[in-house]
Amino acid sequence: MQAEAVTKPKIKIFAFVCNWCTYAGADLAGTSRINYAADVRIIRHTCTGRIDPLFLVKAFENGADAVIVSGCHPNDCHYNEGNYLARRRWTVVRKLLDFMGIDNRRVYFSWVSAAEGAKWADLVNRVSKSVSELGPARHFGSPATQAQEVRP
Amino acid sequence: MSRIGVFVCHCGENIGRTVDCAGVAESCAKLPGVAVAVDYKYMCSSPGQDMIKNAIAEHHLDGVVVAACSPRMHEKTFRGACAQAGLNPYLCEMANIREHCSWVHDNRDDATGKANDIVRALVAKTIRNRELFPIKIPVTKRALIVGGGIAGIQAALDIANAGHEVILIDKNPSIGGRMAALSETFPTLDCSQCILTPKMVDAAQHPKITLLTYAELVDIDGFVGNFKVKIRKKARYVDPVKCTGCGVCTQKCPVKKIPSEFDEGLGNRHAIYTPFPQAVPNKPVIDAPHCLKLTNGKCGICEKVCQVGAINYEDTDRIVEYEVGAIVAATGLRALTAADIYPEYGQGRYKDVITAMQFERLASASGPTLGQIKRPSDGKVPEKVVFIQCSGSRDCNAGYPYCSKICCMYTAKHAMLYHHKVHDGKAYVFYMDVRAVGKNYDEFVRRGIEEDGACYLRGRVAKVYEDEGSLIVKGIDTLSGQNMTIKADMVVLATAMAAQSDAVELAQTLGISYDQNRFYSELHPKLNPVDTATAGIFLAGSCSGPRDIPETVASSGAVASKVAALFSKDLLEREPVVATAKVFSAMNSCSGCLACVDACPYHAIETETLLDKKNNIERVVAKVNEGLCQGCGSCVVICRAGCLDLNGYTDEQMYEGIVAMGGR
Repeated sequence: MQAEAVTKPKIKIFAFVCNWCTYAGADLAGTSRINYAADVRIIRHTCTGRIDPLFLVKAFENGADAVIVSGCHPNDCHYNEGNYLARRRWTVVRKLLDFMGIDNRRVYFSWVSAAEGAKWADLVNRVSKSVSELGPARHFGSPATQAQEVRP
Repeated sequence: MSRIGVFVCHCGENIGRTVDCAGVAESCAKLPGVAVAVDYKYMCSSPGQDMIKNAIAEHHLDGVVVAACSPRMHEKTFRGACAQAGLNPYLCEMANIREHCSWVHDNRDDATGKANDIVRALVAKTIRNRELFPIKIPVTKRALIVGGGIAGIQAALDIANAGHEVILIDKNPSIGGRMAALSETFPTLDCSQCILTPKMVDAAQHPKITLLTYAELVDIDGFVGNFKVKIRKKARYVDPVKCTGCGVCTQKCPVKKIPSEFDEGLGNRHAIYTPFPQAVPNKPVIDAPHCLKLTNGKCGICEKVCQVGAINYEDTDRIVEYEVGAIVAATGLRALTAADIYPEYGQGRYKDVITAMQFERLASASGPTLGQIKRPSDGKVPEKVVFIQCSGSRDCNAGYPYCSKICCMYTAKHAMLYHHKVHDGKAYVFYMDVRAVGKNYDEFVRRGIEEDGACYLRGRVAKVYEDEGSLIVKGIDTLSGQNMTIKADMVVLATAMAAQSDAVELAQTLGISYDQNRFYSELHPKLNPVDTATAGIFLAGSCSGPRDIPETVASSGAVASKVAALFSKDLLEREPVVATAKVFSAMNSCSGCLACVDACPYHAIETETLLDKKNNIERVVAKVNEGLCQGCGSCVVICRAGCLDLNGYTDEQMYEGIVAMGGR
């Protein structure tokens, strides 16, 4: 068991997706039975425009080793322009997350439409692979737990 | 303490094969707030649903989480079951452990662990769910139709025949639109006016239809079922109630040489005029910029000859307001003049290079030549006519990359009509492709070639120039590979069909979107071809792209059925997933920055003025209009003060879900 844990560390990827495109795309991956890494946890939102940057921070605080934000392709938003708001927001938020000590290599943004089940599976596998290589994230819970954390 | 019921479905083997459903139920039972957790083979089956209903009663549940398939599959089913058991349906959530888990993972431990996480997150979310109730909006059962062409007329008749009031407006003095100006219609060659004018009269006489011609939409306010519209009735200077339509004023008007818009400039009209003899209403208007009395105060003949005293030089534009429940854009399209697209074709420079719409007027029995084909320069009957298709259409450089759809058919018609009227005449048609898709369309084009001798040449025309009273057309026949030089008497250009010049302006007034060619965008090009992204606003006819008459009429019928469905209830019911004030803060912390107003794609955020105890204006805060809100939640994230929230996806619910998903 110990040896296995070293080769493939247990990681959790939180995926914040919109209801209309990526959630449906992940459904399609399911109905098409496309196998992909089991590290991903999908959280359904109405629109990428609804996804608060603090949700990402909260995820990292609560055990996420990486996050994916994915919604409708530009120009295909169910709500016309929510994904444009999201796109603008994330370019800024990357810097904030970096400042907070969250490695940008653990933050992924993508567009996956309701027809792109295979793209979703591919995305998850890609993220899972590179985050596994990075290993589990240093979690910043309460200051107390941080103090106890043993750094190599 | 909450009392949540968790129901884990095996979906036969679909979930059970890779997820230990009993194990998931067992660990969920230990979660705080969970009153009961069970697993079952088929939760969506009747006994499965009964199990949920019974548990709600037995355990006094105040929330239900069904761990099964995608909510896109069965959310409605399970929420329905909860409602039947007396639980507010919005207290029921689904945890997707099939599409997002059992079907995509094969390691049983991993899949079970993930299923546990998913259900735990949904339980945490559901604990914070609040009872929600469908939003009920009253409906004004009256429709406004903008544009009185065949699209608008047909939609008006269909809606009115369904029993609802209709206000039909047209910016021109008469309804009829483009179809009224056509000669004969493909593929049956029946006279356009013969089939249209009875419909125009029907529309005018229908007890449910209010006809407002010479009127424009100025402003709209409100939302589906509850629009308030402002319409400008342009000054007609003729009282339509008193006027009998005798036509004496028009005959006596001394200003006679105004190019007629209806005749595409080939004929003239007076300053007081009806656009065409069968106009509905058949009451003239005065064209103020050309009227001598209105410009310099001299003349006044029409007032003198009018026996009923209908002339009123003091008339002014008036704004009228209506409340309507649905709006139909039926504004049609505009046929271009080729002058600014292909100067090498000489349209505008050579009188005998005309547009297809001008040819329609020449071929029309009520046109300026009374249906005889005579070329505009000298009135000679042309012996050779060259028709050039795709004049602008399908040319990215000209700015019209799309196919105008109707030109192949009307060009074939023109070639036939020309041959029917000038028996020894010869028609040449330059084409890129012949796109004759429609019932009896290809047969029609074939008939034009085989019976009426139209000579079809596949290729483009490079240049048209005048030489000794004839037009020299230089082009290429790509099938034989030869350069062609045709000495013609007249050239007819099938110019591109473009969006109306004021299309963007109207789209902004209506709050609907348009594409790169300024045609209005459908909600979905295939599945919602007559809806727009704005609820309650529909598209009929060619305003969303070039259409022929049968397609236009079909789209109007589709619009009418949508409007009738909208009007079939007294109250509209909508999903309550809308933005709202956060429960505890209400709008107390709103600073009035109104960033949410900019973020909202639906103009659903209004402002509200708060007054203090002495009725002084304290400040302005944002207020969500539930009728317009579609529930995207963009405003919630943008709100700096954090006082907005999204029903069903509140910040509290999302944060609890994230924390529980982490499971630390």
